[in-house]
Amino acid sequence: MNFRLKIWRQRSAEDRGRMAEYPVKDVSPDMSFLEMLDVLNEDLTQKGEEPLAFEHDCREGICGACSLMINGIAHGPERAATACQLHMRHFKDGDTLTVEPWRAKAFPVLRDLVVDRSALDRIVQAGGFISVNTGSAPEANGLLISKETSEKAMEAAACIGCGACVASCKNASAMLFTAAKVSHLALLPQGQPERAARVKKMIARMDEEGFGNCTNQYECEAVCPKEISVSFIARMNREYLKAQST
Amino acid sequence: MCKEFLGSSVGRKAVVGVTGFILFGFVVVHTLGNLQIFLGRDPLNAYAYKLQSLPWLLWPARVFLLAVLLVHLWISLWLAVENRRARPTPYVFKDTVQATLASRTMVMTGLIILLFIVYHLLHFTFGATNPEFFHLTDAKGRHDVYAMVVLSYRNYWISGTYLLAMFFLCLHLSHGVSSIPQSLGWNDERWDPLFKWAGRAAALVIFMGNSSMPLAAVVGILK
Ligand code: FES
Repeated sequence: MNFRLKIWRQRSAEDRGRMAEYPVKDVSPDMSFLEMLDVLNEDLTQKGEEPLAFEHDCREGICGACSLMINGIAHGPERAATACQLHMRHFKDGDTLTVEPWRAKAFPVLRDLVVDRSALDRIVQAGGFISVNTGSAPEANGLLISKETSEKAMEAAACIGCGACVASCKNASAMLFTAAKVSHLALLPQGQPERAARVKKMIARMDEEGFGNCTNQYECEAVCPKEISVSFIARMNREYLKAQST
Repeated sequence: MCKEFLGSSVGRKAVVGVTGFILFGFVVVHTLGNLQIFLGRDPLNAYAYKLQSLPWLLWPARVFLLAVLLVHLWISLWLAVENRRARPTPYVFKDTVQATLASRTMVMTGLIILLFIVYHLLHFTFGATNPEFFHLTDAKGRHDVYAMVVLSYRNYWISGTYLLAMFFLCLHLSHGVSSIPQSLGWNDERWDPLFKWAGRAAALVIFMGNSSMPLAAVVGILK
């Protein structure tokens, strides 16, 4: 398969950046989107041009490093998949593909398609943890948690922190991410002691980082590779309003 | 606490939700009141007379609603400005997966409704735009609201303006009403579809109720 790529190139955080066009030829339909970019990079290196910078690590949809806006959709057109798990067979031969970095004030572009997502880490540092003494693992059946609750908590904990929710949100809001992090701890007994303080601190941090505010358009849910439901945002709102009223 | 609450995204969203709910409640009551026009001249004029004769109820209600409206407007615009700033560099290729048209045009539809409210008050409350219909009295000597409304709506420009405004109101409510449970944290996966459709249905019912009046006047059902 052959494609025409329109890609955002930016030398450094200070550089203004621009879109550049590249053809890529002889792409196998079984390649992932990142492997297709590898082909492009090899081509660029051979020609003596600067290869394209993009983030990746596990390439199996679990680390959340890959972060590409493909034709205006975070992680591309396939539902419930990260860009590394998106295969070229989902496109048509000869397609033009526009690839951009996540766009948000809180995610400054470092180079080409690589953005700084440490704002998300700082939200977690503000309260996305439980304070317990470490030591030997507790007895597995010491704390009983119903199947329903543990599954709900796991659904929220599935968040890999890729930032697609922010990237796709019309307001660059990080509420789906923060909601997932707040919810999985609020649901479990281990999260109870710091429950109220946690949600307040995490939301305060999220706001400070310059993310936008959710307007319930649910673009985040549509692109989330882990299909995290926006009902967690309602849960976070509930947690916050409860924490504020006590 | 108030400063922290109003400074936070979630707190302000809740304020927009609560004020929106109150304003929606007003729209429902206002629509029901107006629909009495179909009962005839006498019941409508009697209803208007009754309201006017209760100034201790009417004026606090007006002041309260105006305050609610201003808070709704102020907080929503504050959030909207922040939202614009949160993405200084736009995408070259823009796409939307599931955000509705209504959800993407809330600021615009909201501001159109604001303009409409100003016109609507000038028209029917202050009698500034069509004074010729405003000073009529009925057989019992009361302000003839019925005649004022029907004669106004016979003008295609006026009824057209009202219909258009109701379309924007419907669009605004269809997203706004469905969003209230989400912003106030009552929503969850089970209830989400119900809230979504209930909000849209409510918006549609309001639209049909309110547009039935200008339409009825135009086609001559109301005389
Ligand atoms: S590279 Fe790890 S999720 Fe894509």
